[in-house]
Amino acid sequence: MRKSWWKILTAVLLLYTFTAGFLIKVPNVGNLKETIRNLFFHVPMWFGQIILLTISLIYSIWYLRKPDLKYDIYAETFARTGILMGILGLITGSIWATYTWGEPWSNDPKQIGVAIALLIYFAYLVLRNAVPDIDKRAKVSAVYNIFAYFIYLPLIMILPRLVESLHPGGKGVQGNPGLNGADLDATMRLVFWPAVIGWTLLGTWISTLNIRINLIRDKNLLNAE
Amino acid sequence: MRNKNFCWLLLLPALLFSTAIFAQDNGASESLMRSNGKIYVVVAICVTILLGLFLYVVSIDKKIGKIEKDNL
Repeated sequence: MRKSWWKILTAVLLLYTFTAGFLIKVPNVGNLKETIRNLFFHVPMWFGQIILLTISLIYSIWYLRKPDLKYDIYAETFARTGILMGILGLITGSIWATYTWGEPWSNDPKQIGVAIALLIYFAYLVLRNAVPDIDKRAKVSAVYNIFAYFIYLPLIMILPRLVESLHPGGKGVQGNPGLNGADLDATMRLVFWPAVIGWTLLGTWISTLNIRINLIRDKNLLNAE
Repeated sequence: MRNKNFCWLLLLPALLFSTAIFAQDNGASESLMRSNGKIYVVVAICVTILLGLFLYVVSIDKKIGKIEKDNL
């Protein structure tokens, strides 16, 4: 195993999340009851997802500064893992919503925003496959990835705050749309933030596996430069 | 194989959990599993799934490491 310390950390943090997350005492908020524990699973996974897409963005910028195909592979792979987590987040969110908001899809601004954002990122993958020339593909998709990221953030971070939203932090409600300050007491933070790091590291781990596979697959292209 | 010890490190929490949770002859553990609306059963299942997935990812990681050694 390469650089195994942070992989052990991943396992430890997520095992901690999956035990403490079920066992600690949680505050009673609205009609959430025990489902407030989803704050240790659904929400941190979204945080990790955004971090993964940010890493992808950084590599895309990096590629435009210094066109090395390696960076293109990094950017694509992190985006793919981010998309996977986004799909999982949408599904888990719908399950949660069914039992707290009454229906899996209530056209909540954040739900709609995320759905649009996922379609934009799907288009990123389609775009990549549509360009046969490798260097052109890397450049075009790097530019597109930057565009996608900066439309994604307003869709999930800014727009849901401007209108009324079922998610915390909508219009007229104090706080952050990801986690409302009042809903998250001190003990919950002790599980929440390790969970964010854990999900991020797991996503990074899976991404690095795919990167290593791609580097082997494309080694002739990479060495040709 | 590099870092053969790593696998054991990962198994360690598994062993800790299983001894704490599945010690059937221990009356205290038995009641622990049935306390709080049997929530510990859910914990045991989720931890088992998580451990299984981790072991799988580790094995993929090692496999790629081997291929890298031959190819890069």
